[in-house]
This record gives sequence, structure tokens and C-alpha cells, in this order.
Amino acid sequence: MLRGLPRKPRIAVFKFASCDGCQLSLLDAEDELLAVADAVEIAYFPEASRRMLKGPYDIGLVEGSITTHHDAERIQQVRRQCRTLITIGACATAGGIQALRNWKDANEFVRHVYARPDFIQTLKMSTPIAEHVPVDGELRGCPINKNQLVELVSALVAGRKPNIPTHSVCMECKRQGTVCLLVARGVACLGPVTQAGCGALCPRYGRGCYGCFGPMEAANPASLSEIFRAQGRPNDAIVRDFRNFNAWAWQFRQASEEAERA
Amino acid sequence: MTEPAAQPSGAVWLTREGLNQLLGALRAQGYEVIGPRLGEGAIIYDRIQTIEDLPAGWTEEQEAGRYRLRRRQDDALFGYNLGPQSWKKFLHPPVLRLFSAEKNNGEFRILPPDGESPRYAFVGVRACELAAIAVQDRVLLGDQFVEPNYEARRKELFIVAVQCTRAAPTCFCSSMGTGPQVQGGADLVLTELSEGFVARAASARGAEVLAAIERRPASAEECRQAEEAVAAAAAQIVRRLDTRDLVRRLYEACESPHWDDVARRCLACTNCTMVCPTCFCTTVEDTSTVTGDRAERWRKWDSCFTESFSYIHGGSVRTSVRSRYRQWLTHKLASWVDQFDMFGCVGCGRCITWCPAGIDLTEEVKKLLAPV
Repeated sequence: MLRGLPRKPRIAVFKFASCDGCQLSLLDAEDELLAVADAVEIAYFPEASRRMLKGPYDIGLVEGSITTHHDAERIQQVRRQCRTLITIGACATAGGIQALRNWKDANEFVRHVYARPDFIQTLKMSTPIAEHVPVDGELRGCPINKNQLVELVSALVAGRKPNIPTHSVCMECKRQGTVCLLVARGVACLGPVTQAGCGALCPRYGRGCYGCFGPMEAANPASLSEIFRAQGRPNDAIVRDFRNFNAWAWQFRQASEEAERA
Repeated sequence: MTEPAAQPSGAVWLTREGLNQLLGALRAQGYEVIGPRLGEGAIIYDRIQTIEDLPAGWTEEQEAGRYRLRRRQDDALFGYNLGPQSWKKFLHPPVLRLFSAEKNNGEFRILPPDGESPRYAFVGVRACELAAIAVQDRVLLGDQFVEPNYEARRKELFIVAVQCTRAAPTCFCSSMGTGPQVQGGADLVLTELSEGFVARAASARGAEVLAAIERRPASAEECRQAEEAVAAAAAQIVRRLDTRDLVRRLYEACESPHWDDVARRCLACTNCTMVCPTCFCTTVEDTSTVTGDRAERWRKWDSCFTESFSYIHGGSVRTSVRSRYRQWLTHKLASWVDQFDMFGCVGCGRCITWCPAGIDLTEEVKKLLAPV
């Protein structure tokens, strides 16, 4: 993925429309944080340090989606400054929960929420970073998994391919011996269409997968919708199943729109 | 204790207390005893201590894409058929560290592997599951290259088989010639009747363990009842897979339009391969710490339903779900025969029950082979 990276690559963390939870995962990696800080130069990370060094950077981690004209321009500058650009989290990779606006009139929200709507300038849509600039890699999740983040940084530093699987959550359940909630309890679980990476956290605690990591490779949400329907789940519930953190990821978008029409 | 007069069959009668003694005797011999118990809304295989851990009075309902625990009218200990897990999770672990290495003062050192392999005794192995273990034996031990982790667990393994006295609607062992009657591969074979078990030793080790616990010769009537109970299970089997000339017929169906129909339903979620007791594929992941002074190699269960599975230089060979399902089904029922001289399917039906979409290979084969 990365060749000829300096021995101590310069890393920058950028925020767009997001809740900051993903970049906090880096600070949350307590056991590895010192080692990470030792292996890379944290050159720009406003959430963590007032020391903000100028670019260019070897690795840019981008959190958040594009929701304003200003951000649409800023991401272009960020891209130019980063040799490798990695999007982190559902906002950056899919548009995030704020992409729910994409089905509604954003200006109407502005009129209802803000005392002075004329101060607010916003785009009609919340869109992922990859719709604006080329992206070299992504970490999924709402929030991302800190182990995946540490794995990504370790791999970039070592110049090896990171182990970031793109298969289903089901495989994680099966490997850890979690009994299938969908089959054994009829729980509406998005695991069969969702990308692994969280360690099947919710199913392990008896909750169906919410799809935080977005659509897996070759996801077939149409088939899952049919399964949910056959189990008696109403279409409006199926719309909501697919319309959350990764609502704008096209596979989930298509599935929610199909359920809406059904 | 004087040796009781043996029946011609060598069958003995074990009370439930006798079974409890058996579990104790196995533990006393240093085995980690694994058996069925309730867990997460299913009957799973896990460590057990006494017969109190067994799922007394529980059974299950199974159909394509659906499993539910149910109470039985009685308190049978083995009154269910099969749960979601197979014994392969112990013999061929889902996640295994193959080795680790450390860099110290510029020196690179491979560290010794983790401890000794566990010594397992499995209690409650069904006929189809014995057949599945035999399939994995063939694959992982039966050739020029032996898989050492499997071998270490397998050679110590003690098997207490329990014959099925009922069949789930998803069972088709009789079509695959693997059950419900135990044909071999166990150390002890038990058949549960209402008050206890008809047991027989099927190996020297089995006879030795049996000799150490309370028992009496089984009566002819008890033996007859046990045979009838297994025959009743056989009679309950409704699913069929016609294996006549199956290899040739499946190869001929390789361009059948029906593969597209399966692909429309298939989630490519890998569940069928994960629950399959014979699927053996793994991937290897190398990891390194951020400091670069420690590296590990892990082996994990993999599946032919993932994109990365067929990744070679330039990309994945099987990009469509259609091609992945076809690969899996034809491997199980055709190319496995070419490779290993046996089917890769034992008819346990787990792939049918645990497929969220309820894809049923017996039905798919019928449709694939139906004259167009």
C-alpha cells in the first residue's frame, strides 16, 4: 500500500461533519498510544494537541462527511497535502447519520432549528469523502474500531497490507462461537450484509447487528429484506434498519428505498 | 467388583449415574470433557463437568433458515439432534496463533508455539458428526502433508457417540450413508432410552473406561429397544439427496441458469461454510505491532464465499456470488470425490438450518439436475 514511507511518517487528523468519536478512538487506544506516538510524528491533530504543523503529511486520517461548501473546498486542500489519505468512520466513508437529510429538504431543517437561518449555509446532501477526492483506504464503523486503527497505522509503518476484512459480520460471530440471532431467535440482524471489524459486538450481547460498519463486499440486502419480511417485519421497520449510520452507502440506500416502495 | 456376564453383543446398561461416572472417569484420565449444553438460545458444544450440564428435557425445531429451542415431554439428556456448532471448532480451531516472533537488540527470534494441545473427550457425537470427523481426517491427515495442530488434537481424542433417536426435518444422513446408526470411529457408542443408556465399547480405550464404571449387561429387550429407537429416527428422515451419478450430473449442470436463482437469494455471508463440519479452509494473517518488535501469524477459518478467498495476482477469480455458491456446492458433492474419494457432505443439514436465507442444498441439487 505504502512504499518508501519515511521511517517516522508524519500523520495528520482532519475533521469534517462528524461527532469526533472516530478520531477519539486514536486517543482511546490507551495501551498502544505511546507506541503509536513513538512510531509516527503526530503533526496535525487539533483534538489532541495545540501543536499544529504545516503539511505536507505522509498519512492523513479524515473523519466526517462533506455538508458545506466550505468543507467541499477544504477536502481538496487536504487531499493535496496528504500522500496517503484514509477515511475513518461511517460519516467519512458513507455520509454518516447526517445523510438522512439526503431524503429530505435540508433548508426546512435549517428553518426549524436555527433562530437565524440566514446565518446557515449548508449543502442539500451529506456525502462521503470519496465522492469528492480519491481515497486510498477506509476504516468503517460508527465509531471505528480502535484495534483496526492501530492495525492500520502498524501496517502503514511496517509497509505491509493491513488486515482489514471486508467479509460479513457473520464470520466473526461464527469464529467466536456466537449463536446466530437471526436463525435461532428471529432477531432482525444486519450481520449478513454488514462488513466485519467490530468483533460482532452487538450479536455477542444478544442484540442484532445495526450495520455500523456499512455494506460488506458483495452485500445482498435485497435478500435480507425478504428474510425480514418473511419473519413478519413491517416495511417501515426495514426502511429504518437500513437507514441509519450508513444510510447513504448505495447498497443500503437501495434496500431502504426498495422497502419504502414495497 | 466381579465382571458381569456380557451379552453376546457386549452391550451394557448404564444408568444416568453410570453416565455421570463416565464423565468423571474421563476427567480423571485428564480429558477436557466437551458435550452439549444450553447456551445463547441453542444447544451448543462446550466444557461439561457432570450430567447436570447436559440439556435435560430440551430439544429443537429446525427447518431451512430457522432454529428454535423447545421443551420435550420427557427429560432426555440427548433428545435433540444437532446445534449450530460442530466439533471442528475444537479439532480445527476457528482462530489459532501459528507462531510469534520477537526482535530484540537487532536480533530476530521465533518464539516456541503456545503450550500443549488440549486432550479432548467429546460426549454426544452423532453418527453424521463421526463421518464429518472422518472427512476432516482424510483431508488434514490423510495425505503427504499432515496438519500438525489437527493431528495433535485428533490423536488424543476420546469419542462418546450417542445415536440419534429422532431426526430433524433438515437431516439427510441416510442419503449420504452416514447415519443415523453409528458405523465406526467412536470409542463408546450410547443409545438413550427413557431410564438410561445401552452402551457398547467400540475401541480398547472405550472398553477400559467402561470397565471402570457401574454397569450391568444390557438385556435383550433393552438392546431391541435401542435398535428400534435408532430405526425410528431413520424413519423420520424426510430430506433426500439422490447421490446416484451425482458427480457427473453436477459437472454437467455447471452452466445451469439455476445458479443465478441461488445467487439472488445467497447472502454470501459464509454461514453455511462456518457451520459445515467438513469445511476446512483457513486464511493466514500476519500482524506486527506498531513498534515493529513483535510479529504474529494467525490462522483463521475462511470461506469460499468471500472475495479475498480466490484472490490471486491481479484480482479475485470468483467475483460473482453465483460462482462462489457453485464452487461450494460442486466441491462438496463432486470435486471432493475426485480429490478425496468421498463426499464432502455428511447430510447433517446445518447449512440448511443456519442459512439465514434458508437455501437448501438438497432442493438446489434437485433443481440443478432437473431436465430443462
